[in-house]
Amino acid sequence: MVKANIPPVAGLLALQGDFEKHKAALRALGAEVIEVRTEDQLEHVDALIIPGGESTTMTILMPDSLRSSLIQFASSHPVWGTCAGMIMLSTTRSDSRVRPLGLVDLEVERMGFGRQVFSFEGELRLSERLAEHERPFKGFFIRAPRVKEKSKELEVLAWLNDEPVALIKGNILLTSFHPELAEDDRFHRFFLSMIDKSSSRKG
Amino acid sequence: MKKTGTYAAKVGLAEMLKGGVIMDVTDAKQAKIAEDAGAVAVMALERVPADIRRDGGVARMSDVAKIKEIQQTVSIPVMAKCRIGHFAEAQILEAIEVDFIDESEVLTPADENYHIDKHKFTVPFVCGCRNLGEALRRIAEGAAMIRTKGEAGTGDIVEAVRHMRDVMSSIRRVQTMGDEELVRYGKEIGAPLEQLKQVRELGLLPVPNFAAGGIATPADASLMMQLGAQAVFVGSGIFKSEDPAARAQAIVYATTHYKDPHKLAEVSTGLAKAMESLDVRSMPEKELLSTRGW
Repeated sequence: MVKANIPPVAGLLALQGDFEKHKAALRALGAEVIEVRTEDQLEHVDALIIPGGESTTMTILMPDSLRSSLIQFASSHPVWGTCAGMIMLSTTRSDSRVRPLGLVDLEVERMGFGRQVFSFEGELRLSERLAEHERPFKGFFIRAPRVKEKSKELEVLAWLNDEPVALIKGNILLTSFHPELAEDDRFHRFFLSMIDKSSSRKG
Repeated sequence: MKKTGTYAAKVGLAEMLKGGVIMDVTDAKQAKIAEDAGAVAVMALERVPADIRRDGGVARMSDVAKIKEIQQTVSIPVMAKCRIGHFAEAQILEAIEVDFIDESEVLTPADENYHIDKHKFTVPFVCGCRNLGEALRRIAEGAAMIRTKGEAGTGDIVEAVRHMRDVMSSIRRVQTMGDEELVRYGKEIGAPLEQLKQVRELGLLPVPNFAAGGIATPADASLMMQLGAQAVFVGSGIFKSEDPAARAQAIVYATTHYKDPHKLAEVSTGLAKAMESLDVRSMPEKELLSTRGW
């Protein structure tokens, strides 16, 4: 159900992390943005981004009530995890300090590309589902997680060389890099189009 | 084609630390307590600022073995301090792959004329400031994050408040300035014009702006966040208090929920004693750390 005249409301999980840059990118595209720190704030949003930051910190700051609300929310709304957010949405068991939400069947390695001195910018090849996909996307990888094993149901949206770095399954979008740091809004536009297609859109 | 050490990749890590608490630790045991409490990064140093004040002498970069031990213990970013202008200490810290270097006034300055040329490094740097001019000089040298200096090791928030208010009010002034005024203002505060123009355009510093120096309670963290800080550093405030783990957790929680007084009240209830504090106004000038650097 497309309600083009009412701007979509995107929530940003603001327990800790890089939510301001996402906010700016979404606002520039005409979306309304709300910071989400408690479960009741989830009721006011059409979709949610779990930003980059530290997954151990997010684990500690996420009470069980918020955790179960997030899992329920994700069953019917678009949710996008970037970097640490991708770890939080995965089923990873690689680090006992992190308690992921387990929404997509995915094993990742935290800091799989190395510490900060190995953080990098790299050109990504995009799937044709992204706008102007022939043009590469500049990916920022900051102590980024690396995909180790993924279920076949996860479709790849971007590759670094031949390695998957952006994935989608239904209404769950995952990027191990930071589109909010690039001056390129194609992933944010893609996410907003997921809201338009979502049937649970509030009006 | 991968490019490491770009300025955007350096500032990128600072962006990821927003809304978090960075805690001073001297060994792996403290680092573990910090991580378990929800710290977003730890800062390795030889002695916490309160002990540096008490013991006197020259304060230097931490022993490399200690830093490595901390790196092996925690998964969060590990930062470490080097002395102002001591680029050899910084080279060592980069060689052992620390995630961020704090060129810090808390340690004894090594160079009275020059700060480190931070552009030359792959690892990002954070530097302290008391005002906008100082912040922009450090950014021009390549700092990827700015923090207030405050007055470290005192548990007195007054200087951090002064520094943050000064930076924020200067940013507001800059936003209303025309080009000629900007040139003159840049000269007055010793700020490079290019960075000053960025501030006018953004209404913010061009890099993340964090608070440090004197934060001792959850309320202190909330105060700094409400004044415009995007994250907080806590030095002696945690491990010089009576129950470090509980206080660390309370400050982490307060930094996330800094706008919610009810949640702040909850975490400000029944905390064991805060660190021994010093009233900055009663301290002799020569004991101040924030006047180091320029």
